[in-house]
Order: sequence, then C-alpha cells, then structure tokens
Amino acid sequence: MTDKPNKDIDVHSGVETTGHEWDGIKELNNPLPRWWLYVWYATIAFSILWWILMPAWPALPGFQGNTQGYWKQSDRAQVAEEVGELQSARIENAQKLLNASLVDIEKTPELQQFALAMGESSFGDNCATCHGSGGTGSVGYPALADDVWLWGGSLDEIQETIAFGIRSTHDDTRYSEMPAFGRDGFISEEEIDDLVQKVLALSGKEFDPAAAARAEENFEMQCSSCHALDGKGDRLQGAPNLTDNEWLYGSSPAAIRETIYSARNSIMPHWNERLDEATIKALAVYVHTLGGGE
Amino acid sequence: MQEDIKTPPPGHSALYKAREPIYPKLVSGNFRTVKWLVLIFALAVYYILPWLRWDRGPNAPDQAVLADFAGGRFYFFFLEIWPQEIYYITGLLILSALALFLVTSLFGRVWCGYACPQTVWTDLFIAVERIFEGDRNARIRLDRAPLSFNKAWRKVGKHIVWLLISFATGGALIMYYHDAPSLFSNFFTGHADVSAYVFAGILTFTTYALAGTMREQVCTYLCPWPRIQAALTDEDALNVTYRWDRGEPRGKHKKGTSWDDRGDCIDCNACVVACPVGIDIRHGDQLECIHCALCIDACDDIMKRVERPTGLIGYDTTKNVQARADGIKPIYKLLRPRVIIYALLIVFIGCLMVYGLSTRSTFELNVIKDRAPPFVELSNGDVRNGYSVKLVNKRGKDREVRLSVSGIDDVDVKIIGNEAGDDTVIMSAEHVDRFRVLVTVPASADKKSGKRLVIDAVDVETNDQQSNRVFFAMPKEDE
Repeated sequence: MTDKPNKDIDVHSGVETTGHEWDGIKELNNPLPRWWLYVWYATIAFSILWWILMPAWPALPGFQGNTQGYWKQSDRAQVAEEVGELQSARIENAQKLLNASLVDIEKTPELQQFALAMGESSFGDNCATCHGSGGTGSVGYPALADDVWLWGGSLDEIQETIAFGIRSTHDDTRYSEMPAFGRDGFISEEEIDDLVQKVLALSGKEFDPAAAARAEENFEMQCSSCHALDGKGDRLQGAPNLTDNEWLYGSSPAAIRETIYSARNSIMPHWNERLDEATIKALAVYVHTLGGGE
Repeated sequence: MQEDIKTPPPGHSALYKAREPIYPKLVSGNFRTVKWLVLIFALAVYYILPWLRWDRGPNAPDQAVLADFAGGRFYFFFLEIWPQEIYYITGLLILSALALFLVTSLFGRVWCGYACPQTVWTDLFIAVERIFEGDRNARIRLDRAPLSFNKAWRKVGKHIVWLLISFATGGALIMYYHDAPSLFSNFFTGHADVSAYVFAGILTFTTYALAGTMREQVCTYLCPWPRIQAALTDEDALNVTYRWDRGEPRGKHKKGTSWDDRGDCIDCNACVVACPVGIDIRHGDQLECIHCALCIDACDDIMKRVERPTGLIGYDTTKNVQARADGIKPIYKLLRPRVIIYALLIVFIGCLMVYGLSTRSTFELNVIKDRAPPFVELSNGDVRNGYSVKLVNKRGKDREVRLSVSGIDDVDVKIIGNEAGDDTVIMSAEHVDRFRVLVTVPASADKKSGKRLVIDAVDVETNDQQSNRVFFAMPKEDE
C-alpha cells in the first residue's frame, strides 16, 4: 500500500479511511487480523493435500481420465456400495416375505406395509411403463385396478403371471393364441363383418340383428371353444369375457374387426429372471391391493 | 499500545495486525458474583441435563432430554415431539428470539454479557488461566519472560486443562443425542458410532479454539448478534455506560485534596484492565463491548476506596447522561411500545404453544386419495375410488380403530387385508400405519360430478375421533 498524498484520516479514531463514504459514514482502513491470513494459508495447504487425496486434475491433452488421488474416491463405487448396504438391510424383511404365504402377507399389517412399499417402487420401475402408475392400464395393456382379469386375479394367479409372463419365452409361460381369422383366410371378409355385429350384441351395444344372426354358426364353430357359447370367456386360456363392458383394444366396430381379422396376442415378459422372488411376491400383493384382487 | 493503533506511523500502514493479547484483571463485586452464579448454573444444566431420567414406559427411552435422530423423536421431559410436529421446536425458537429481543430492548446486551456460551466458557478458561499463570500483572510478566521451566509447565498445564474442559464440553453434547449412560461406556470402550467421535472431536476443537485462543474475536468478528442488536436497541435501553457527566474532567487525585471543580474519575485504569474485550468504556458504547459489567465492579471498588459514591459506571442511557450534563432531569422509560409489543408477542405465542401442546392428540388420521387411476369403473358399472389411510399412533399402546365412510349413500367399504365387512384395524404403538381402503358406489348412483366423502376413524376404546374430508371421483356422464 503506497502512501497517498491526500490521506483521509478519520477524526474520531485517527484511522485512515478507504475514501469510501455512504451518507456520511466512512469506511476505516483498519488492518485485518493476522489470523485471517493464517487461515487463508491453511486453506491453500488443505487444497494441495486434497489434490493428493482426491481425484482432482484432468489428464493432459491426449491422455484419458484424470488423477485418481490417494483415496481413489469414486462416486460410482460409493453408490454401488450404498445400494448393496440397502439391499442387505432389506434382507430381513425380504426373508419374511419369502417365508410367508401371499395371503398371510396381505393379512399381516407389518408384512403388508413392507410388501406394498417394496411393490410400489418395483411397480414404478418395471410395470408402470405399460400398465400405467397405479395400474391404470391403456389400450392393449390391461388395467390392474379394475375387477376384470384375463388369467385370474387371485394372489397366486397374479404371482404366476408376473413370474412367467404371457406368451413370453419362458417354458412355463401362460399361453394361448387367437387365430388371425381374416389374415390367414379362415373365414371371409363378410363373415368377419357379421361376427363384429355378434360381438357387439353380446356386450349389449347397438348392433345389426340380421348380421348377428348370420354369424351365429361361425361364432359357435370358431369362437366358442375359447370364449364359450355364452361369450363369457375362459380364464384357463386367457380368453376375454365378451359380454362385459371392458375392452382391451377398444369397443368400436373397427377395433373389434381388427381383433378378429389379425388377432392381437400381446406379450408380457416373464420377470422371474429379472426380479428376485421376494420382489415378485411384493409385486403380486401390490397388484392385488390395487383394487381388482379376487 | 492503544496509541500505536490510532496513529499508524506515516508512510506505512500494515495490512495485517496480530491480536493484541488481553489480560483481564480479576475483579470482585455484585456483577462478578452474579456472573459466577450464572456460569455455575449454566454449566451445571449443560453437563447434568442428559443424565436426568424420565420414565416413559417400557418401549420408550428413559432419558429426560433426548434428541433421538435415529428414531425420529425429540424427548423433553413430559413432551415427545414427532418429526411432523417440528413446528413446536420452531415455536420454541421464535419464543427464544423474542425473549432475546425483549431483554435487549430493556437492558442491552445482557445475553452477551452473562449467558452466551462464548462468554461463559471464556470466563471459565480465563479462570483456569489465572490459576496457572496468576492475575493480570503476573501473566504479562510471564509472557514477556524468556522460556523457562516455570513458564513451560504453567503454559502446558493451562492448555491441558483447557483441552480437558473442551473434551468434556464436546463429550457432553453428544450425550443429548443418545442414551447417555450407554453412550458413555461405549465411547470409552471404542464401541460408539463414528459420528459420536466426530462430533465430540469437533466440539472439543471449537471449544478450545473459541474460548481458549479466539475469545473476544468471536464476538467482534464472527458473531452476527452484536450487529443485529443495533436494530433492537434504542436510546432508552439500559447499557453499561460511563457517566461522564459525573466523571469528567478526570485526573489523578491525591488523598485529602478537594473534589471540587473536577470529576470523580481518577483515571486509575481499573475499568480498562478489568475488560475482557480490551476496550475503554469511557469512550462510550462500542461495537466490541459485550456489556459484561465487570468494569462496573472494578470502578465501584475504586470509588469506595476514594470515598466517592459508587456507580460512576453503571447501567444507564447515553441520553440521560447527556441530560444530567445539561442539568435536565433524566427520564427512564422502560415501558416503550417495542417492549410492550415483544412482551405481548411472547404471551401470545406462549399461549398458542401451551394450547397446542395441551390439546394435541396422540392419534392422527391422514387420507390420501389415489391419483392414478382417479377412479375405476368395474365390469358391472360400479365406480370405485382407492384411498391410502395413514394412521399415526403416538401412544405407547396399540389402538383398535374403526374406520367408517359417510357423505355418499350406499357405499361399499373394503379395507385391504381385512375380511369383507370388518371395519376395524389395529394401530401399533408409537407407529405410523398405512391401510388401503376401497370405496365403491353402485352403478345406479348419481354420476353428475365428483363428490366429497368423509372418512372417520374412531378409537374403539377411548372414542377419540379423527375425520378427513376427501374427494370421490366419478366418470363423466357423457362417457
């Protein structure tokens, strides 16, 4: 600090001012406490130590990565470690899920609450993409919160569906295949149009009685083996009930026609190879409690 | 030394300045006695509190004051605060702040001078220093003396005792967060949690640094409170003040000579050497002054010796000192609007807290409606909504609770996990339980718009009732 010619000395304290003034209040230029300086030196020393201990410097141009540091600190490894810790912390409760029957899990408040928490998070990660959060469902993906089930809505049936899937690549998968009546030439285009009217009639919608009558014979021959004579379906084959008001692919004549013409045969993957058994049980309980469980 | 700072040598002003050591001289008097009593009381509370027991039954900790972070509870004697009731702690902090405002507008920085931990521990550390190194003059001599065995053992002894006190301070803090007796034995056998050692270590270091080496610099440089005070105090607040109307003109006084035409201040410097922050109170109210009142004791002692009335330094206001100097009658106004407002606020918030605490229920109900799907149309046309029912039981015993739904006719209520028609659930002690409840209305119900329904939870045993109004979503009629 050089000596300025017009030094402004504060009359009250005898201290030089910085020359800054606000509404008559002047800033004194007192020296800083020396220990502040020492703290600053300490932070410099600390930063050098930190460069040595922690990953700090990017590599020179042409080289990969950065300095690893003595501690080899890695956020990625730390996350993996923390996830591992969480999983081992859950083992005790997960083991309880494995030991209990699905019915008991749902009836025991403590187990139910653990299963629901676990099921909800797993459902969000794995199932909600197709079935919607909360099991809302969408076109082609069944709603899980209502009371309509293609393959059964009991706890055990839900667990089996999740574990082995529907038309999946697993040997124990739930399997059935509706023929593509139009595309594969089983019946004529006109016969399909008539069948559409028959299906509309079954579910109590507006229909053409003459066309529906013409379709009776074809319905009996082609459809009733799976959907039953009264159209109420068959869960053993995953054949939907045609008389209710729930439509997986829509209730318009065009959508029904497309279903008969090309068949849908949608696929759900099996999860037993991706999720552990406790998670699948938790998911089964979660789906069951969404509201549709039988 | 003081003069050196005020007029830096021409052509040179240092960028940095080392701390000027302060050697407060021991004084005795009323204020010193009060300060010793406050010190003993404050330290006793701090060290003993975590060891007090309070019986809360078999499933709860028996420590009277415990901040149980792992279990998410704060225990204070008969009170048990849950995380969702953190506003009680907020209320307590607001009350403390208002109490601080109130005493500040009445008597200035009494908190700083008597009760602040920085003041209490610094006082204690200076007392230790005095035991090892003697009073002011002896300490100055010792610091100037060359290194010798005598100097070495006194200095080392002082720092060892300081460190022990610091460690006891840090060690006592962690006792507030765990069961004190078991933590105490775990701590010394190496079985306590890492965090216990870390926090005990941090507090040991800060106590040693702040009370031992930094002392008044904490108040002058670090603490925001002295700055906030400027907005809280006014010209009617009583502060430690040198009554210059009586003291000036000051000057040495020879025994037996007249006191006429001169002030009572004999310029003996007793107030300056007693000051723990190293200022001269006769310069008026200063930023550094913590209003510890030790200069009052020092001056009173001298005044008695020279047979003049005491109180040359005392709790007074600058305004009244000026008034007396001008020959006007001084006016003391303790009851001012700000004092009354602070007091009323304290009473009001205190009443709110007492009301809240005395009427709070140990039983809470929170119903959260499913958002996806908002409603479900069943195959027979019925409409169903799902709800998450959270029941909080803050009691040490299980509760049996009956859930019921009203507001819409002909509803069917199903509790997941219960048999159909069973509407009671068990809430475990000291626990938040979550139940799923499905409410279904028949297809024939009026579907014009969404409706409200009320979910009631009634404790079967005590008849305590909690209610929540929730929305019931319906499909639009034209769909």
